Amino acid sequence: MPRKVVYEARVEYVQILDEEGRLDARLAAGTLTDEQVAFLYEQMVICRQYDEVAFKLQRSGRMGTYPQNKGQEAAALGSGFAAKKGADFLVPCYRENAALFLHGLPMEHILLHWMGDERGNQIPEGVNVTPISIPIGTQMLHATGIAWAYKIRREPRCVITYFGDGATSEGDFHEAANFASTLQVPCVFFCQNNQWAISVPRETQTASETIAQKALAYGMPTVQVDGNDLFAVYKETRDALDRARSGGGPSFIEAVTYRLGDHTTADDARRYRDPEEVAAWQQKDPMIRTRKYLESKGLWDDNRQRAAEERAKAIVQEVVRTAEGIEKPTTDDIFNFTFADLPAEIARQRDTLRTSSIGQEPTQAALRAGH
Amino acid sequence: MPRTEVMNTKGLTLVDAINEALAQEMERDERVVVLGEDVGLNGGVFRVTEGLQKRFGAERVADTPLAESGIMGTAIGLAMAGMRPVPEIQFEGFLGPAYDQLVNHAARYRTRSRGAVTIPLTVRVPVGGGIHAPELHSDSPEAIYAHHPGLKVVMPSTPYDAKGLLLSAIRDPDPVVFFEPKRVYRSFRESVPEEDYTIPIGQAKVVAEGTDVTVVTWGAPVFQCLAAMDELPEDASIELIDLRTIYPIDVDTIVESVRKTGRCVVVHEAPKTAGLGAEIATIIQEHCFLHLEAPVQRCTGFDTVMPYYKLELDYLPESPRIQKAIEECLAY
Ligand SMILES: Cc1ncc(C[n+]2csc(CCOP(=O)(O)OP(=O)(O)O)c2C)c(N)n1
Ligand SMILES: [Mg+2]
Repeated sequence: MPRKVVYEARVEYVQILDEEGRLDARLAAGTLTDEQVAFLYEQMVICRQYDEVAFKLQRSGRMGTYPQNKGQEAAALGSGFAAKKGADFLVPCYRENAALFLHGLPMEHILLHWMGDERGNQIPEGVNVTPISIPIGTQMLHATGIAWAYKIRREPRCVITYFGDGATSEGDFHEAANFASTLQVPCVFFCQNNQWAISVPRETQTASETIAQKALAYGMPTVQVDGNDLFAVYKETRDALDRARSGGGPSFIEAVTYRLGDHTTADDARRYRDPEEVAAWQQKDPMIRTRKYLESKGLWDDNRQRAAEERAKAIVQEVVRTAEGIEKPTTDDIFNFTFADLPAEIARQRDTLRTSSIGQEPTQAALRAGH
Repeated sequence: MPRTEVMNTKGLTLVDAINEALAQEMERDERVVVLGEDVGLNGGVFRVTEGLQKRFGAERVADTPLAESGIMGTAIGLAMAGMRPVPEIQFEGFLGPAYDQLVNHAARYRTRSRGAVTIPLTVRVPVGGGIHAPELHSDSPEAIYAHHPGLKVVMPSTPYDAKGLLLSAIRDPDPVVFFEPKRVYRSFRESVPEEDYTIPIGQAKVVAEGTDVTVVTWGAPVFQCLAAMDELPEDASIELIDLRTIYPIDVDTIVESVRKTGRCVVVHEAPKTAGLGAEIATIIQEHCFLHLEAPVQRCTGFDTVMPYYKLELDYLPESPRIQKAIEECLAY
């Protein structure tokens, strides 16, 4: 009667661009060109500015709760850039604004969402993203279903779904991973492990040594990357997408990153986070190392930085103007999107803005008048 | 909670009162455990469990993984094993993943085991709209849970009631869904006795006595109704009932009032169709048919998805709409 090892596994960690902006040229081969890096860095500048302005809008009462993306830009951009705009589909959570913008979502949409306006979720035709997802962990199943449809129709398209470390505790995550890999659908599970789920640290969230290893249980290729490293994120996402496109099924990527801000504007992370931890991660900010890299290549300097910041300010200012310039929706909008064909009762409520019945029912009113 | 300091600034908020009830019950009964997302170190996203982990330790005030089905399901197990779990679900919209455990397990165990297994758990859930919150942070699903046999459903609207009802809920031998109206969380303070007291589950409260029309409501709309009453002419004599417990519903208080007034307006945030207004109207026609002077009116949320916050005050039964419903009912 044997006693033997029937399963052994390991998880690789990939870093290509380190905190000092030094590149591993061998691993970087065939990934991002310098022009692409400069372009993506500019997107980081814009998104960081967007975040700062959104924060101020909330603080000055011009917007509701907002979750800053600060610190996670490389994860969003590196992965989003690897996907084919207009063909592949992104199914996000709420901390990958930069990826959505890259795929053509007009920037005011995200502001509108957090300004309490559903029109922020009205994704324009041709933009392949779903609206941001508020309930944690639910969207990965939708991503799996979308990828399933691509597989059934033999379309050479893939899906990337984004979610946090906390989301991997939800049952839906495990169901999605299991469906995706038993069905071998073209879906990339991209976990933004930013170390925190509101006040709950990664170590309390799961006793797994890595998040990446959870995918092993579902027979899914998996990798852990430095999530603040554009190159590693891009390369691993591209490889996962290539695999998916060529029938290799789903993959899992754990991007190790950090939530530099509060959970949302409604949160105060000082209550539960060690300032030293935050300070240490600030040194690993993806913007610092990407800029250092560009500078080392002679592609960036203070002048270009100033110009990029000016441009970002102008872009974001315009986006805010657009978002705030949109008139308040009419009350009809509460009703009109409930169904394709509005039931009579809902139409009645829309047209009268009431739910009480007196005077509403004509035959009864007539009978009463005759009394 | 430095009780005397709090009392000195004119009493407790709803948040304070619930916190005090939890602390006192944990002190009194070591079987009581609190579990949920961010309830420990952070004291909950609304700070309702503030200070409890520090005082009672991380075993009795546990930050769980982010999984509502896990929270509810393990609370059931804790209850089976003789504990008194008080799980928190962060917002009513996230009862979704916990629904199966709550309605198919917690609610049914007593019946399916013919009383051999009972589930004394109290799930605390912030509820309702009006605070400019994001999607799925503003709904009012109380009717759904009232519809499931085996669950008690409570929704206090004042700090005093919250403390007394929470103590009753935790001591109740059956599962209780304890909804906390967010809009009231910090909207006012009131004097709350420091000592232990309970308010029985299943007892409504007559907030204002009157003879012309009965208004039945619960949760945050209690205050919208009071505002509407302020706007109505002095000679309109309105009886306002705060249900406090949704299930089991206090039929007697409603019936006694409507037999006196002959008119009734039910106000709730949840959608109209299949809402509790329908149940209450039916109770009234069953018990008060020959006393009625007007059809029972429902002034409620619309039969739509709760809109994002730009339109939430157009959706909710705010005082002008309530006022109109009362006026029409009176004039009928
Ligand atoms: C189903 C569900 N439960 C609870 C919440 C409340 N909530 C919002 S964000 C969050 C933490 C999410 O953590 P993580 O998945 O790591 O994502 P992060 O916010 O760190 O990006 C929680 C508990 C929710 N939105 N949905
Ligand atoms: Mg996280």
